[in-house]
Amino acid sequence: MEEHLPVLVVLVPMLAAPLCLLLRHRTAVTGFAIAVAWLTFAISVLLLLRVLDQGVISYELGGWPPPWGIEYRIDLLNAFVLILVAGIGAIVATWSPASISVELPRYERHYLFYTAYLLCLTGLLGITATGDLFNVFVFLEISALSSYVLISMGQDRRALTSAYQYLIMGTLGATFILIGIGLLYIMTGTLNMADMAVQLEGVRDTRTVLVAFGFFVVGISVKMALFPLHLWLPNAYAYAPSVVTAFLAATATKVSVYILLRFFFTVFGHEFAFGSMRLWVFLMPLALIGIVTASLVAIFQNNIKRMLAYSSVAQIGYMVLGISFASVNGLTGGIVHLFNHGLMKCALFLAMGCIVMRCGSVHIDEMRGLGRRMPWTMAAFVAAGLSLIGVPLTVGFISKWYLVLAALEQGLWPVAALVLLSSLLAAVYVWRVVEVAYFHEPRAVDGEGAITDAPLSLLLPMWALVIAIFYFGISTEATAGIARMAAESLLGTSP
Amino acid sequence: MKRQSIPRVAAKLLIPYILLYAFYVQWHGDYGPGGGFQAGVIFAAGVILYAIVFDLRACQRALSPRIIHLLMPLGLLLYIGVGVAAMLKGGTFLNYSVLEHDPVHGQHLGILLVELGVGTTVAGVMISIFYSFGETVRS
Amino acid sequence: MADVLGLYNYWVVIVLMMTGFYIVVARDNLIKKIIGLSIFQTSVFLLFITVGKVEGGTAPILAEGFDVYSNPLPGVLILTAIVVGVATTAVALGLVVRINEEYGTIEEGEIHVQDVEA
Repeated sequence: MEEHLPVLVVLVPMLAAPLCLLLRHRTAVTGFAIAVAWLTFAISVLLLLRVLDQGVISYELGGWPPPWGIEYRIDLLNAFVLILVAGIGAIVATWSPASISVELPRYERHYLFYTAYLLCLTGLLGITATGDLFNVFVFLEISALSSYVLISMGQDRRALTSAYQYLIMGTLGATFILIGIGLLYIMTGTLNMADMAVQLEGVRDTRTVLVAFGFFVVGISVKMALFPLHLWLPNAYAYAPSVVTAFLAATATKVSVYILLRFFFTVFGHEFAFGSMRLWVFLMPLALIGIVTASLVAIFQNNIKRMLAYSSVAQIGYMVLGISFASVNGLTGGIVHLFNHGLMKCALFLAMGCIVMRCGSVHIDEMRGLGRRMPWTMAAFVAAGLSLIGVPLTVGFISKWYLVLAALEQGLWPVAALVLLSSLLAAVYVWRVVEVAYFHEPRAVDGEGAITDAPLSLLLPMWALVIAIFYFGISTEATAGIARMAAESLLGTSP
Repeated sequence: MKRQSIPRVAAKLLIPYILLYAFYVQWHGDYGPGGGFQAGVIFAAGVILYAIVFDLRACQRALSPRIIHLLMPLGLLLYIGVGVAAMLKGGTFLNYSVLEHDPVHGQHLGILLVELGVGTTVAGVMISIFYSFGETVRS
Repeated sequence: MADVLGLYNYWVVIVLMMTGFYIVVARDNLIKKIIGLSIFQTSVFLLFITVGKVEGGTAPILAEGFDVYSNPLPGVLILTAIVVGVATTAVALGLVVRINEEYGTIEEGEIHVQDVEA
């Protein structure tokens, strides 16, 4: 069974999704979906251990050797992102039953929710595991279509228009990616990423390849919500059900960043992207503008989910900033921030989900005095918020450390200063919520309408993430060590 | 529309041939143009023509929505089942050559089963989309 | 000159691509945006398929007496992409039906006005 692990990590949720569709009973589907999500996480952990042991794993689908067949190629970067996606999928699935019983009122339709959830998980895992460019496009669309459906299940009618806007922008992005893949196929004759790196040797400077590169990068920037192509994200995250926001915020954009890493470093090689194309001239300013403007806009939001959504746009800026340094420290910072931000944002949105479940709204005025009424939930929010700011002992500090180190290494003092300034901006918007929750009087409703803390089934997964935030912030060999090894192999400075 | 004789008679004459053509396209995909997706769409087109001419309720009496909702996951499970069977018989996922005693027969069986799964799911999905849109328009 | 005219498939792709993209951006009606998206995707499919043709090659199905075949791979890639496009159109139309139920309109300007007022 061990040699089938690369395909099993995608196959298990893919097999479970139609089974959920057949199995209509609500409790059975919930239990089944949670079990499948944890099984997928276990497979991804086994896969990472295998890659740490044996190096790159290659799996041929259909028995056809690459480059004729589709190949699933797992190396350290892959396995790292797989663990993030599968882990978030499992934790959010465990968290989901109590939340969707409040937010999705039609109980007989819950099996459809879990089907779409498992399909989205399949798509995201498939993008990460595969080594074939067209397979990336297919799984990208699978995950995108199921996320449009999941987002549209929100209670507010604006969830529908947000899902529609995301659909139009997302499909345009995916079609741009398809154009890029097509033009590259025309020039190299192959779709396998490792083989394309070899075939690109002679044709790297032709206009077709440059245009293909441009189309692909713009397409993936739409999916990644890089400023200024981030316009779909705030609405989609604010109006979707809390479960969906927690899942997508921690995984969908990160997987798109992973695709960008693969495309820049594995297919094209960093000398092309950052040497002759000088992509950092274009990526670094956009990343910095995105960080600063998104953090500024987040400060003025009254809907807390929208505030966290703008904060996500800013954090994507950090990841792209790390990539644009194209150095070992920069890439380590970008890759480890991918993991850390997944943990932080998921914990924050899970806290929001608990608040929605008890208070019915995420407007900042509704959160007065919640520090006293819902102590465990708000404590989780504060902990994840500290990590967002980048306080030492939390994972957020680790990523900012590597980014500042990479900036200083290249002599870019203004960039390091901007990274620290944006941490102050994050402190402002986190403090807004903390001030309202802890230093204002709660609404004077007692007895029947009193707000109590969230139930245990919601608190436990959330606190598992908070503990992970502190654990990986203190003992960094696991995350930062793997990220550094992945960065070195991407830059070609290690075997 | 069933009171107008031209669409009614034309549909009655054409629908059997449309469905038959769908089955032809389904099974002849390995040595000619065709395959699962095209066949599924043609099959669904035949059923939808019936629903348009003879009213959605009559069509739903013939092909109940429950059966259609059952067809969708079954096709996908057939596809994945073929892949898993190949894994259980010792090959990698979707390696058709190990399904039978020799690779040529294995490839033949594998592709036919996989395309059947695709055709079933596609037909189920197309008809189901039409059913759900048709029901909202009425209500 | 003959080269430019011989590459007419790329000109068709460009015209369709720009038409589709313009419709998505410039038109307010939600259904028209979906149509524009569909035209945009179709242009990309044409790009893929037309480059698969090998001069003097026949259809990529094994037959007696032929030894030059067109490339079969773009065809099957586009089949997958067409299915993806159909699924996207179906989800989009489902969303538009629901938006019509909730807002009573499918013009983006009117929806925006209703949202701002809320």
